[in-house]
Amino acid sequence: MRSYDIVVIGGGPAGLAAAKSAAESGCRSILLIERDTKLGGILNQCIHNGFGLSHFGEELTGPEYAFRAFEELKTINQGDHPPVEILLDTFVMEITSDKKIFAMNKKDGYFEISAKAIILAMGCREKARGALAIPGTRPAGVMTAGLAQHYVNIDGYMVGKKVVILGSGDIGLIMARRMVLEGAEVLACIEIAPQPGGLARNVTQCLEDYGIPLYLRRTVTAIHGKDRLSGITVSEVDEKYTPIPGTEMEIECDTLLLSCGLIPENELSRKAGLAIDPKTGGPFSSDVHETSVPGIFACGNVLHVHDLADNVTKESIEAGKAAAAYVAGASSTSQQAISSPKVFPGKVVKPVGEKEMNTDPSVRTMTCIICPRGCTLTVTTGENPTVTGNACPRGKAYGIAEVTHPMRTLTTTIRVRLEDGSLSRISVKSKGEIPKDEIRSLAEKIHHTIISAPVSVGDEVIPGVVATSAT
Amino acid sequence: MKYDILIVGAGVVGASIAYSLIPYNVSVLLLDKNNDVAMGATRANSAIIHAGYDPKPGTLMARLNVEGNRLCGKLCEDLSVPFTRCGSLVLSFSEEDRSTLSELYDRGIKNGVPDLKLLSKEELRKIEPGVSEEATGALYAPTAGIINPWELCLAQAEVFVKNGGTFLPGCEVQGISEIFSSEGKRSYLLNTTKGEISADTVILCCGTEADTVHGYISSPDFRITPTRGEYYLLDKSEGTKVSHVIFQCPSEKGKGVLVAPTVHGNLICGPTSEVLSHGSEDTATTAVKLSEIKEKASRSVGNISWRDNVRNFSGIRSNSTSDDFLIREIPGKKGIFEAAGIKSPGLASSPAIGPYMVELLKSSGVVLTEKTGGYDLTRKKIHFRDMTNEERAALVAKDPAYGRIVCRCEGVTEGEIRDAIQSPIPPLSLDAVKRRAGTGMGRCQGGFCGPRIVEMLLSERPDSSPLSILQDGEGSTLFVPRDAEEDCSYEEKETLSKEVES
Repeated sequence: MRSYDIVVIGGGPAGLAAAKSAAESGCRSILLIERDTKLGGILNQCIHNGFGLSHFGEELTGPEYAFRAFEELKTINQGDHPPVEILLDTFVMEITSDKKIFAMNKKDGYFEISAKAIILAMGCREKARGALAIPGTRPAGVMTAGLAQHYVNIDGYMVGKKVVILGSGDIGLIMARRMVLEGAEVLACIEIAPQPGGLARNVTQCLEDYGIPLYLRRTVTAIHGKDRLSGITVSEVDEKYTPIPGTEMEIECDTLLLSCGLIPENELSRKAGLAIDPKTGGPFSSDVHETSVPGIFACGNVLHVHDLADNVTKESIEAGKAAAAYVAGASSTSQQAISSPKVFPGKVVKPVGEKEMNTDPSVRTMTCIICPRGCTLTVTTGENPTVTGNACPRGKAYGIAEVTHPMRTLTTTIRVRLEDGSLSRISVKSKGEIPKDEIRSLAEKIHHTIISAPVSVGDEVIPGVVATSAT
Repeated sequence: MKYDILIVGAGVVGASIAYSLIPYNVSVLLLDKNNDVAMGATRANSAIIHAGYDPKPGTLMARLNVEGNRLCGKLCEDLSVPFTRCGSLVLSFSEEDRSTLSELYDRGIKNGVPDLKLLSKEELRKIEPGVSEEATGALYAPTAGIINPWELCLAQAEVFVKNGGTFLPGCEVQGISEIFSSEGKRSYLLNTTKGEISADTVILCCGTEADTVHGYISSPDFRITPTRGEYYLLDKSEGTKVSHVIFQCPSEKGKGVLVAPTVHGNLICGPTSEVLSHGSEDTATTAVKLSEIKEKASRSVGNISWRDNVRNFSGIRSNSTSDDFLIREIPGKKGIFEAAGIKSPGLASSPAIGPYMVELLKSSGVVLTEKTGGYDLTRKKIHFRDMTNEERAALVAKDPAYGRIVCRCEGVTEGEIRDAIQSPIPPLSLDAVKRRAGTGMGRCQGGFCGPRIVEMLLSERPDSSPLSILQDGEGSTLFVPRDAEEDCSYEEKETLSKEVES
């Protein structure tokens, strides 16, 4: 049986940061297990930007963030420090409370590993239709937003032409914009709560930029269509989120994307006997993210769902450090592991609709999209625009640009002809910001283009367009 | 196309008949209008093998239910079909219910159901602590079981095909006519969406369309009253709430709903009962009926967590105006047989319907000579997640494809999916793969494994395109065409546009 000081389960932002931090804290025997064939987890399909502002100090796309996180992990491999061992395409079948891990892959078969400490970093999954119990038929064309994101961004398949998004979580908002840029018509985003679920900046840059209506206090009450989705019924809801009869509205569409919340994936944790907090869906944990089982730590979305990858990284650094200390003989904190995780600040959401209160055409109210804070700015137009409500100088610059020459960054995918002649797809972004009204034409141009492999992250693949993932 | 025997409808009844005909020297075609077997009531029901105390004594239903239950154990073992004889409990909540239970008990004894027992409240709670405090007692039937219904159908159909039988999907019968040879021998010509097919003997197993298809040859003396039942299928976290099939006592308030574990480890609750208009195939679920299930099921088992729902679905039962199953040669139409009005307990009865039909054919003069051998009635299937660690290690060492988990929730391996794609009745949709390999059955409902299965379907079938990938039935395409993407490189395009400019 192989044995390690620390085994990290999951190679997304949480696992990468935890492994690096544990190594930096002096642990020399670390194994990271990832079920996919590449590291990065769900970041690989999150081709949009908005990641990295707090951890890397610049705005990155998901694949870039994953790339950087892996580069960071490799930096520990200096001097006589051994590298973190990585097993890709390997599935953990079971973990036990005495920290044995049963895993398997095609190369090594079914095997057992023992660890002094385990760091859980398995992430989360989306709530599927069943969890929402939406009545109606069960046609093709109803799927979670994240699944659609995989099909569109990784596989390059188009999932529909007339799309409705249920739930205004960030993935739903991001996918609304994504579907428009891929040539679909996004008819509506439906939200059961009185305010959007995602970041205010995403409401602005994903819905408002593209004129997609957001219907609050409504939900989907029926799904129609025998083979492929043909339409949905949308109803208003009362304070208890119960649909109000007589308020039904029919929308003809071929695709319904669900963005109705994420659930930490704790099936392995349950089997290992970890106490699970029913509120967060993740394990109860101590200040340093040790769970109720001594020596088993958890971080990232498996612990509780985070708004921002940067916060996942921050938490995982703490968990990695604590696991290394545990291995080095520090006392366990698992006895305190009853507190719910602390939630990092980040989400400041203002109800949509409130900001267009003023009627003075020379004054505009807007959400700043520069960072996840999403400040509400008031900008006077005219020759010398003034900005109020901004928390930083970048907000001021954004406000002025927005009334004079609004700028955006485009993120999309491009087809690549590989050496063997087959087509693949990588993610790209515009080189810096471009005028907002040129977004669609650039997307269109990229859409019709095939580039040739090899491509590395950062390459300018066509003039004004930079690769954010590699072949 | 000409066959000795034609079976119309590849649900669990048609499959059982096809399977039962394997040992005979006849050419058999099994056809279905859908793109897979098990596409009607077989794939959407309570998945229960009833013990047999319910049907009226003396009916064919009573006889075939008890016989089907008895046959089920060995059949499932032969075919590698998940089946657990977990036993069932009919709960009583009142004195009136207690007397209904005694009636059911008496009926069961008359029907020949083994080991029935009336339980006191204390006895009930001892064997099933999960039931509500309100339950005052129960009728215990240890022979009742839970099964994977579509796999029972698939397994029989697959073995039928492996032994030389033919399955034709997407073939809808639109008319039947009698033809006479010059010697005056009668046979039948079926007009179908896949052309004309003729056979000496035709067996109709058409579920909700039994009366319609019967009507193609003679006026039916019964009518199907399609009855929709809706269900909740809950997460495995709820699957251990009870260990028996829990029924409620039928009363003037209605039939009640059942709460039962499934062979996949989930918890199933339902069905409701709603008569649809004739010919309807509307398997939608409704808000009203779904809340009815929650309300009724909570009476049997108090602490079901409904937010841990994995899927709602509904199926249509082929109830009919006849009190009993109609399994017979159609009067006046020598050579045409039917199994019609196969309502509940049709699934439980199905293992006995095949053998019963074979006897019926023989007694009606259909020549069935037994093969002297050369056939195999068994099927071996790998269910990776049910293996021990040692068995898994050995299997992966032998074939690395079993070393990669594709469906995380259900622990289904790449090897099992490959086996499904290469199986005797090839799957034509993601749901067909699901029925064969169990992928996407779990809490994420295919959210993670969907793309990987699409990839495998495409690589196993190089001639297919992503646009042909179906979710389920014909027309349920997963992807739509993109706007025409011109396949030229950036450099070529630049050259082109420069040429245009100049």
